[in-house]
Amino acid sequence: MRIEKVWAAPQVLAFSPACPGCQYWTIGRIIAEVLEELDIEGKAIAVMGIGCNGYVSNALNIDRILGAHGRAPDTATAIKRLSPDNIVFTTQGDGDCMAIGADSFIGALIRGEKFTIIMCNNANYGTTGGQLAPTTLPGQITTTTPNGRNVITEGYPVHTAELAATFTGVAYSARSAVNTPANYQRTKKCIKAAFQKQVDQIGLSFVEILSACPPNWHLSPVESLKWIEEKMIPEFPLGEFKNVNRID
Amino acid sequence: MGSGYSYVSPGRFHLVERMLVQGNEAVGWGALSAGCDAFFGYPITPQNEIPEWFSREFPKRGKIFVQSQSEVGSIMMVYGGAAAGFRVMTSTSSPGWALMQEGMSHLAAAELPCIIVLVQRGGPGQGSIRHAQMDYLCTTRGGTGGYKNIILAPASVQETHDLVQLAFYLADKYRNPVIVLSDGILGLIRESLEIKTIDFGPLPEKDWAVRGQERRKDKNFRFVHSGVGTAAILVLGYPNYISWLEHMDEKYKEMESELKYESYQAEDAELLLVAYGYPARVCKEAINMARAEGLKVGLLRPITLWPFPSQVLKDKVDLGHKFLVVEDSLGQMVEDVRNAVQERSKVHFLGMLSRHLPTDGGMILPSRVLEKIRRLSIEEGR
Repeated sequence: MRIEKVWAAPQVLAFSPACPGCQYWTIGRIIAEVLEELDIEGKAIAVMGIGCNGYVSNALNIDRILGAHGRAPDTATAIKRLSPDNIVFTTQGDGDCMAIGADSFIGALIRGEKFTIIMCNNANYGTTGGQLAPTTLPGQITTTTPNGRNVITEGYPVHTAELAATFTGVAYSARSAVNTPANYQRTKKCIKAAFQKQVDQIGLSFVEILSACPPNWHLSPVESLKWIEEKMIPEFPLGEFKNVNRID
Repeated sequence: MGSGYSYVSPGRFHLVERMLVQGNEAVGWGALSAGCDAFFGYPITPQNEIPEWFSREFPKRGKIFVQSQSEVGSIMMVYGGAAAGFRVMTSTSSPGWALMQEGMSHLAAAELPCIIVLVQRGGPGQGSIRHAQMDYLCTTRGGTGGYKNIILAPASVQETHDLVQLAFYLADKYRNPVIVLSDGILGLIRESLEIKTIDFGPLPEKDWAVRGQERRKDKNFRFVHSGVGTAAILVLGYPNYISWLEHMDEKYKEMESELKYESYQAEDAELLLVAYGYPARVCKEAINMARAEGLKVGLLRPITLWPFPSQVLKDKVDLGHKFLVVEDSLGQMVEDVRNAVQERSKVHFLGMLSRHLPTDGGMILPSRVLEKIRRLSIEEGR
């Protein structure tokens, strides 16, 4: 009998503990699969944001940098410019990317830097205990919006993937989720497409991934998946908002 | 061309022995001599000639220039370039320095070598866009988390060029940021500059740099991390946070050996002037004038502001010197002099309230320093 290996966990995948129902390790795992499938893990450098999203990169046994909150796009800019052969990507949370680091994020989009930004959107600040984020849904209760997000005073959720698509220097922008097996596969396609844009040196690539934060949502892991489907996806529609192979 | 080195043909600057350049441009030539790979910066007066120089001279040599979206961005670009093992730098002026404080602390924590040129202007706040020396305390004392960095203070265009090279060397030697502290006058004066590469000796390999695993023989990954509370144990291989701090404490003590200062006519001086940067030049002029009148005055010019020549000053107290600190601020370095002297001798001060004009363009002039020297010598009964 011939024994054939039909499946193996990615070599670069490391165990990264997190809360029950957290999907950051899942997203890290998808990145690991894509890096190996594109055979770029040896030249990959991850620049981590500050916050729980660090668990995404901590799932990867590759070269990593952790610096200041919100500044991953600046740090990635320098590395990609100095060493264009490396595959450089950031993993950031929604607060890291669109609140404290919004200027760094927009700066990289304006300059059309040729690296990849992966932003996890869980509609709150997970690490610090569930405060209001720029992506918090209207009416959503957080520890700093105890009566729910009031759009008169706190404004409306930011749609980062749509925003990124408006920049000429952006080659790819998409939003996906990992709440179902089908969405898991779609997310993998998005991340693969994003890294391919970088390999092809076309422009900046951006992927926003909706992800669960059960402890701070005060929901069970299973309820959280349902909440993503029923509450988050209507506010944050999934799909590709930009996909070009040439920027003139 | 009017840029100060019009007779330099592109790519052949090495054939030119001397050029007439601004202090700000000397930063660029020094960085080039030091093998700097990239400059990241944001416009702010009075240091704009620095990013402009890099934007002009670096891309055509295959080197990197990026104009960031803010100084917050510049310093974290420096963080990335340094983490990847490159020689990188930025420059700014006082309000921009304020914006870089978070990044400075991260650079110190992650032990990343880089240099930052700070061309001081008047403050506080938006302040003035003219020269001043009002950032001594906030550079020598460091920012959040109690880190330390070597601070080099040039007093001429040539020394700016030379100390930029030393700064790169010391940064790599100690894996630590190094600051070159200039000011609006030093940045904008034009002086003769001899471009030369200075060899400071060998440096260790940057085995810790993140360059992608495949570029490394051991194929293991590297992790540059500024969250030292946990990273000390999980990433950096220390038993705990305190043992990492012990390592940093030892490093800072070693850095104190890099002390540099200049003495001018100090041997027989009864009154010793202490000044750095442009006022040190003013003081030399005043000393020459005072010596012509038979007054025994000299100068101690700290070249490293941290480490500070405290022991040198202590020894001067024992020799009976009195001190006059000349500083274009309300009094900052004078605190370090007083700390060294410990009330065992008199420490006088001449600061920016003695400028020749009440506007932001006023300067401390040699005649004003001479007047102070004369008055002090009369008070002393000579």
